[in-house]
Amino acid sequence: MKFKVNNKEVFASTGGRPFDKKKPLIIFIHGSGLSHITWVLQTRYFAFHGYSILAIDLPGHGYSEGPALESIEEQGKWISDVIDSVEMKEASLVGHSQGCLIVLECASQFPEKVKSIGLMGGAGAIPMNPELLDLAEKGDPKAVDLMMDWAHGPAGHFGGHPVPGLHHMNLGGSIVVNGSVKNALGVDFRACDNYKNGFEAAKKIKCPAINILGDRDRMCPVKAGKKLAENIENSEVEIIENCGHMILLEEAGKSLEILKKFIRKNHPV
Amino acid sequence: MDPKTYKFDTLSLHAGYMPSKNAGSRQVPIYQTTSYMFDDVDHAAALFNLERGGHIYSRISNPTVQVLEERVAALEGGTAALATASGMSAIFLTIMTLCNAGDHVVVSSQLYGGTVNLFRLTLPKFGIKATFVKPRDTEGFKKAIQDNTKCIYGELVGNPGNELMNLPEISNIAHEAGIPVIIDSTYQTPYLFKPLEHGADFVVHSLTKWMAGHGSSMAGILVEGGKFDFLKTDKFPTMTEPYEGYHGLSFAEEFGPVAFTMKARAEGMRDMGPCLSPQNAWNVLQGIETLSVRMEKHCSNALKMVEYLSNHESVAWVSHASLKDNPDYELAKKLLPKGTGSMIAFGIKGGKEAGAAFIDNVKLASHLANVGDTRTLVIHPASATHSQMDEATLKLANMSHDMIRLSVGIEDIEDIINDFEDGFRAAKKPRLVSNK
Repeated sequence: MKFKVNNKEVFASTGGRPFDKKKPLIIFIHGSGLSHITWVLQTRYFAFHGYSILAIDLPGHGYSEGPALESIEEQGKWISDVIDSVEMKEASLVGHSQGCLIVLECASQFPEKVKSIGLMGGAGAIPMNPELLDLAEKGDPKAVDLMMDWAHGPAGHFGGHPVPGLHHMNLGGSIVVNGSVKNALGVDFRACDNYKNGFEAAKKIKCPAINILGDRDRMCPVKAGKKLAENIENSEVEIIENCGHMILLEEAGKSLEILKKFIRKNHPV
Repeated sequence: MDPKTYKFDTLSLHAGYMPSKNAGSRQVPIYQTTSYMFDDVDHAAALFNLERGGHIYSRISNPTVQVLEERVAALEGGTAALATASGMSAIFLTIMTLCNAGDHVVVSSQLYGGTVNLFRLTLPKFGIKATFVKPRDTEGFKKAIQDNTKCIYGELVGNPGNELMNLPEISNIAHEAGIPVIIDSTYQTPYLFKPLEHGADFVVHSLTKWMAGHGSSMAGILVEGGKFDFLKTDKFPTMTEPYEGYHGLSFAEEFGPVAFTMKARAEGMRDMGPCLSPQNAWNVLQGIETLSVRMEKHCSNALKMVEYLSNHESVAWVSHASLKDNPDYELAKKLLPKGTGSMIAFGIKGGKEAGAAFIDNVKLASHLANVGDTRTLVIHPASATHSQMDEATLKLANMSHDMIRLSVGIEDIEDIINDFEDGFRAAKKPRLVSNK
């Protein structure tokens, strides 16, 4: 669905069901350069099981009006604005990668609006490789190839997508390339690299949290994910074997099962 | 710093398959099953509603077929692929997923005869009409586009005349009109040409041909490029508007760069059911493992045959884009740097009678209705593969009655040439041979 946030048009997938203010809200926040498409194997389930879903395209991504927001702090505030714009009081937030940083900021800045948080591949900081950052800021598509290489574990490189016929890396790459490498991915990478407040934000979070990690994740390794969880008062950690950073796709089924259990317990219908 | 993603030859052997998820089996297992156990009622409901991925019934998907789909998607650079029982069913499925009654398509006039008849005779029965344009007439493609046109369809190198479409320019024309381009890339395979890198939005293959190579199994595939944005136009409501068949699902909104494949599978395989058998998928996978080495030999043999035929006293003309006097020579150099393929069309002096005598007297080359076998194949299209086309359609396809279509195999080139010598010798005395 399309709606306005701060007078700019925003697109969000509602998981195939009409948005309903009477149902508990879950907001899904994608990673760098990506879009709502990455969440399709989680959102449809929740949408058909009693929740209202907003898998948002961040500003300047997917079908949302730009420009992309330049800091994680702004993006965290923007998620709060999304909750206000759809006239809801609270939401559970689910993030992937950069989306996790945004979740941390929103949940720490606006604790009264956040019921629970689910992180996939979450770390307290995501410092960028300088060469990758430079390529992305120049709009070089090689940045996308490098990102897809590092982001995917064995399943991504060889195959075996949970949805028959889909190709992990070509699909992920096309989402980024169909957007803007320079104005979305480049801005996102810079925002991640600049963000230093992750652990301080984590310490302020009191709501239930879970960090779902892939043991083959080279972008946000298990060690970094555990360190983040240690800084959140009420956080669980789940580790999925043979899984890279694209947990939500590489192990869509397992990550959905973990998330289902967590959300049903902490934000029941 | 470069990505350490696997390259073409490695993908030909490994893409789409992990032994660790299949009991350590190094070879892809053949999942000879119709259906798959659900964990519980919730799991079944989620699978049927596309809430999660997985297999339900082998008409829709199968784990062995899935390996083939991912492998071809990897080789073509596609976001998704859907394998079918044959190349023709891949084409039919693609058009039926894209078009509705009342729609129109612009089609190259040089296509496999079966495809011509699909567009000329069968699709009009479903209310889908086609305008045929000669492959070299780039401007003609533009002029043929109507308000209700839903795609441009063609073969990069036309069958059987070997004339090239200027795909990059024709793709620009299509995209300016807000419609996708579908390319049948059977002749090239992704080893020689990747249409998605040159503007095509969807690729179809008869995998029966060079991809498999062995001539043992029928198979086809649709590959999606992931770049055509259905939401940017109002031409494709079945892709963008809520679909009753899945509780109001908008395929384009939910699945973005794989929306078309998802719809083709969820709707097309469900309702039409042209599924590929796991045994045939496995057979094709065996062929793809050696695609690179076979294509190299096909192309080098083809170049030697072009030279041989061009200098032969019994040959009236030769059509192959590797020839410097061919109108497509420069375009082929640009689009097909690894080789212009192993299909050669040539005219035999003496016309139809001589052609028949030639075909009846080659012994190594097989006379049959296929191309892209590892073995050398010959046929007289006007009396076989394209015989159901009327004179006007044959003319539009630039087909003459003296044309012989040659699919060069990977045998020893000397043996192929010696065999052709026997054929040409007999063709000089067609009546004598015929009487005999």
